Formats: sequence, structure tokens, C-alpha cells
Amino acid sequence: MVDQAVGNGKGSPDRGYGRRSVRRGDRILSALFAGGLQGFCYLFLAVVVGLALELLWGSRLSLRTFGLGFLWSTQWNPVTNQFGAAPFIYGTIVSSTIALVLAAGIGVMAGVFLAEFAPRRLGVALGMLIELLAAVPSIVYGLWGLFVLAPIVSGWIGPALQAAFGFLPFFQGTIYGVNMLTAALILTLMILPTITAITRDLIAAMPMRFREAALALGATPWEMASKVVLPSVRRGIFGACMLAYGRALGETIATTMVIGNRPVISASLFAPGYTVASVIANEFTEATTNLYLSALIELGLILLVVSLIVIGIGRLMLRLFLR
Amino acid sequence: MIALSIPARRQLNSMLWTGASAFCAIGVAVVLLLIMGYVVREGLSALSLSFLTQLPRPVGVPGGGVANGIVGTLIVVGIAALMAFPVGIFVGIYLAVYSHRRMAKCLSYLADVLAGVPSIAIGIFAYTLLVAPFRHFSALSASFAFAVLMVPLVIRTTEGAVALVPRELREAATALGAMEYRVTGKVLLVAARPGIVTGLLLALARVTGETAPLLFTAFGSQFWELDPSKPMAELSLQIFTYAISPYRDWHEQAWGGALILIIAVFVLSVLARLSFLWRGGTGISGGTD
Repeated sequence: MVDQAVGNGKGSPDRGYGRRSVRRGDRILSALFAGGLQGFCYLFLAVVVGLALELLWGSRLSLRTFGLGFLWSTQWNPVTNQFGAAPFIYGTIVSSTIALVLAAGIGVMAGVFLAEFAPRRLGVALGMLIELLAAVPSIVYGLWGLFVLAPIVSGWIGPALQAAFGFLPFFQGTIYGVNMLTAALILTLMILPTITAITRDLIAAMPMRFREAALALGATPWEMASKVVLPSVRRGIFGACMLAYGRALGETIATTMVIGNRPVISASLFAPGYTVASVIANEFTEATTNLYLSALIELGLILLVVSLIVIGIGRLMLRLFLR
Repeated sequence: MIALSIPARRQLNSMLWTGASAFCAIGVAVVLLLIMGYVVREGLSALSLSFLTQLPRPVGVPGGGVANGIVGTLIVVGIAALMAFPVGIFVGIYLAVYSHRRMAKCLSYLADVLAGVPSIAIGIFAYTLLVAPFRHFSALSASFAFAVLMVPLVIRTTEGAVALVPRELREAATALGAMEYRVTGKVLLVAARPGIVTGLLLALARVTGETAPLLFTAFGSQFWELDPSKPMAELSLQIFTYAISPYRDWHEQAWGGALILIIAVFVLSVLARLSFLWRGGTGISGGTD
């Protein structure tokens, strides 16, 4: 813009030979650049909108056939063309919620240590390590869960829990290796780095004077952390937990490998279950009828909507703190 | 002296809780390290030259490798990068330079939304768009799914890096008579390069181990397949298939594959960090000449 304004000045002494042709090339490139910028933006827009519309369009058959009943029907029978999502929704929510509770407790504590109490070097080293491990692909966690954690759950953790809390319905029945509990534990490990890292960043960003004031008033270090620091970032931590929860809900491969893949609703955490993402992963290529495929796509739509709401809440909470 | 005036019970309480938090942090790191150590130990015993250079063999035939999976992963991720990088970088620049426009706000929101979409849902999208109409699985559809996963990451990091370039630099270039595409290409992108490269590498690391969308896009293959319009083998997919199979030697191969995957992802993550730390060397001072 500025370029043209200067260059077009009539009778400007600056207009040397050959500059006109350069300017034409400039103009073409400018137009190309502006067009490219716009074009890529619209392309991106189209992809996101297309994603939502495709899932909606793909699940129309199932939406029309089952209506809202799809959400609470427990029948999942491809042979009789009966499809209901309840066992999968139950499995997804139970495994993710247990993971969230465990990971939130451990992760927030770990984040507090990294930001407040750890010697500087140790804090940086541990933090980098935990962040690096957040990049480990879920297939690796799934593999480890299947061959290492599952035997530990059925051999040690399960029997120990049954001995201590066997009177509760959650800890009764046969202990399988691949079950709801194993899936919840794997998810815990996978979302821990997220919660820990964000908690640490939130706390580290707090001004020093709050801590100084608390200590000057006679608070012990832990009282300072738990009564001054943590309450002032609690919305941010809630946001971090929601982000992690969203990830756990949508996690596919690791849960598929360790949850047992059986569409039943059982109170016992030692029984196999199934999640929304897992059933899509397992049965999508086997869907023989249009209604079957449509039901699976509707499951994808449900997953999409739920995780977007959860992650949206998380981002909203975090936006007040980060950036 | 002040410390003395705090009752011993509160001090003990504080020490206990501080200790508990230390236990949590160190415990998390140790458990995660143990997992990695286990993968390395199991993986190393499966790794060999033939594992890296041979095709999978049928069940019961000893030996065989995942060479086609490694090449397949490189192809699928490479094509995905070709699709995602231009879109991500351009949209990121747009968001940083025209952040006040309504379109930019809308796109920024959508980038957040897309970053939260589960990968399996993106797999369904790629399936209905690129697999169902052609009636066969293809590596290209997998690349598309990966590209959709990468784009929001690239957008965010590019936007952040470009927004950090001092406004004066941009104004100076414009004042010298440079047109917008030159300001962007020769000033903005050069100054923001370390941050952008970090984002690209992180995006690559993010999709390299991704498995879920591949189940119904790339689908996997037992053979050498270099044509992206056909079903193609993929390392993470092979690990999944081997792991859930009932055969012991396939399990060993799964560990070997997992080790390769972890090494690849770690190298990418570390490179991403280094390229960010080397900002001083490749940043504004070194690149604008």
C-alpha cells in the first residue's frame, strides 16, 4: 500500500528505467500472496466445517432410526441391526473420570513441587523429563499396558483392592487383566504430564509478592502453597483438568488395547468394558450394513461434541491465565 | 527466629505435605522412566538389521521385519507435512498480522476447536471424504487425516512466533518500500523462523506415533507398497496388529517397533526444543542479510 502511494507520485524524480516492469512483477506476486493467504484461510475453514458436516451427514441414518434413544439403549447387536451407545458412553465416562481424579490429585501435587519446592535444577530437569514423556505415542502406552500393567492389575493391584474394599460393588467379581481399572490407570499416566506441566506454569507465573506476604504473616511453606498459591490459580488448574479430561475421553488406541472391548455395563472395575472411541476403532472396517456404519459415525459425532464441550470449558478457564 | 514461633505441629504438617508433593513429582518421573526403560529393554532384543530391512513374514516363520512400515510411515507423514505446512503457516501468519479482523478471530477459534477433536473422529472424516467414494483404503487418506491433526498445531506456533516479531521491524521494511509479500517473506518469516520450525517439528512428532485414524485410512499392508493411492503399511499400525495378536514372536516385534517409534518421536521433540533454544543463532541478526 505504502509502496504504491510513494511510487505513483507524479513526476517523482525516483522513477528510474526498468522499474515499471519490476513493479508489475511485484504486483502479480502481491496479488498471488494475498490470494494465497485468503485461499488457505478459506481452505482451513472449509475443512473444519466439512468435518462437522460430514459426521452429521454420515450419522443421519442412525439419527433417524434410533433418535435420542441411541444414547441410553444398551443393545449393540449388528446381527439384528440394534444399536445403542449406553455401554460405550458408560465405559468412556467411567474410565476417563477415574483417570481424571487420580491424575488431578497426583499432577497438581507434582506441579506444586516443581514450581514451589524443588531445587531449581531438579525442578527444571524433572519438568523437561515429564514434558518429553508427554510426547510418547499412545500406542506405546497401550503396548506397555497390555503386557506389563494388565498382569500387575490382575495379579497384585486387583486382589489387594478386593481384600481391602471387597464389600463395595466396584471391587467384586472375577479380576480380569484387561478391564476398566487398567484402562483408567493407563489414561492416568497419559494425562498426568499435561496436568503437571500446566499447574507448574500457572504457579510459576504468579507474582512473588503473594508468597512473600504469606510467609511474612507466618505461614509455613505448605500453608503458603495450599492457602495462597493454589486458590489463586484454581480456575486455571480446573481448566488444565478439563483439557486432560477431553484428551482422555477421545483417547483411542491405548484404551482399546487394555479395556477388554466387551459392550456390557458392569459396576465392577475388574470387569472388561468398552469405550466410544474403541468401538469405532474395532468395528469401523467391519461395518457391513449402512445402518451399522451410520451408528458408528454417530458415536464419532457424540465423541466430537462431548470432547469439544469439555475442552472448550478448559480453554475458557485457562485463557484467563495464559496469554 | 520467625520459624521458631510457628508451632511444631504446623511445621511438621508442612514438611509432610511438601514431602508428599516431592514424592508425587519424582514418582511420576520415575514411573514414566521405568516404562521407557522397559520399552528400550524389550525393544533392543527385537532390533536387528533384518528387523529394519525385511518385510513381515507369515505367522510361524521366524524373522521378518517392519521395513515396509517404516517407509510407509515416512511416506504418510511426509505427504501430510506437504499438505499441512503451507496451510498452517499461511493461516498462522494471517492470524498474527490481521489479528484484529473478524475472520482472524473466527479462524483462531476454529484452530482451538480443531486441536481438541479426537483423532478417531478425524479418521472418520478422512474415511468418508477420501476412502468411501473411491471404495478402497489409501495412504493418501491417512496423510489427509494426519494433516488435519497437524494444522492447528502449526497455526498456533506460527501465529505465536510471528506475533513476537517486533512491530518496528515490519514497519521499517514497509517504510523502505517493500510490498507485503516481501515484508512477510524476507522479514517476518526469517525473524520468526526458529519458532515456526519448532512448531513444525512438534507437529511431526505429534502424528508420527498416531495410530487411531490409520485403522480405516491407510489400513496396513503386508507388502512393499509405495503408491500413496493404495493401502500402505504403517509402523504404529503394525505394532497394534502385532500386540493384539496371540503370537509370541509378533509380540517381540511389537516391542521393537515401539522402540523405533519412541526414538523417532524423541529425536523430533529434542530437535524442536533445540531449534527454539538456538533462536539467537538463526534469528533476526543472522537471517535478515
